[in-house]
Amino acid sequence: MSENDIETRVRKIVVEHLGVEEDKVTENASFIDDLGADSLDTVELVMAFEEEFGIEIPDDAAETIQTFGDAVKYIKDAV
Amino acid sequence: MFDLSGKAALVTGASGGIGGAVARALHGAGATVGLHGTREAPLHDLARELGERAHVLPCDLGDADATAALPGRAVEAMGSLDILVNNAGITRDGLMMRMTDEDWQAVLDLNLTAAMRLSRAALRGMMKARWGRIVNVTSIVGATGNAGQANYAAAKAGLTGYSKSLAQEVASRGITVNCIAPGFIATAMTDKLNEAQRGAIMAQIPMGRMGAPDEIGAAALYLASPEAGYVTGATLHVNGGMAML
Repeated sequence: MSENDIETRVRKIVVEHLGVEEDKVTENASFIDDLGADSLDTVELVMAFEEEFGIEIPDDAAETIQTFGDAVKYIKDAV
Repeated sequence: MFDLSGKAALVTGASGGIGGAVARALHGAGATVGLHGTREAPLHDLARELGERAHVLPCDLGDADATAALPGRAVEAMGSLDILVNNAGITRDGLMMRMTDEDWQAVLDLNLTAAMRLSRAALRGMMKARWGRIVNVTSIVGATGNAGQANYAAAKAGLTGYSKSLAQEVASRGITVNCIAPGFIATAMTDKLNEAQRGAIMAQIPMGRMGAPDEIGAAALYLASPEAGYVTGATLHVNGGMAML
């Protein structure tokens, strides 16, 4: 799985789940502050990432995933 | 009103009097129903009676993994899971002075923890669908207490608090979580009471009779319906006026 591929798939999940424009999903975009997610959305996103990439994201790690860039980085390290 | 066509419902404890009545009510309103229980024969009888749109889903709710997997089996059988009715329960009555840890724990596990595991597993699909109904069958004794049922009352009161918390967590996703608290309902369990016990109970019920399982089924149908979309975290008491809460 290439790094670009991971980024594309993560962006797709975020766009679909939060209903935001693709160009809003930048590296530093915060799910809650910039993309309109609530706490339940962040849980759902983490679960969607787990499903998509076949990984497990423990709660303490999930709390550190605040931005799109955080998510991509965590998943790149985990897969 | 109260049309459940196209909805899929899982009813636990459907081999019992109340669970069977709930399944009939939801099925009668057009829902596809998953009938859970541990005794398979009565479930198959009920499925035959209902005809189409009925699936038998046995499971031991004392088994954590099997319990967590049951909603997934329901989705496989029915295509989705829109309505979950946590009705299954057990009693292990006894005065507290003599109650064993085992009798305490078994009642907490089956009446409270299993309902938590089932709703947690069912939530995912409901979250995605932005629609869901969780109906937890509690009991009048969860609110009033009852000598000899400390474990059962604790589990049912716990289920009520659980429901209110979960209701707050998922309300924004179109999912409601409510309780039905039956009073004395005529089932195989209450048939075993003798005349004196029966008389003592009747004296406490303003309506002067026991409830019928259908009357719990009707309450479940309402709470499961689209029309009850603004009701969440509530307990619907169906007890003939025995306790006006």
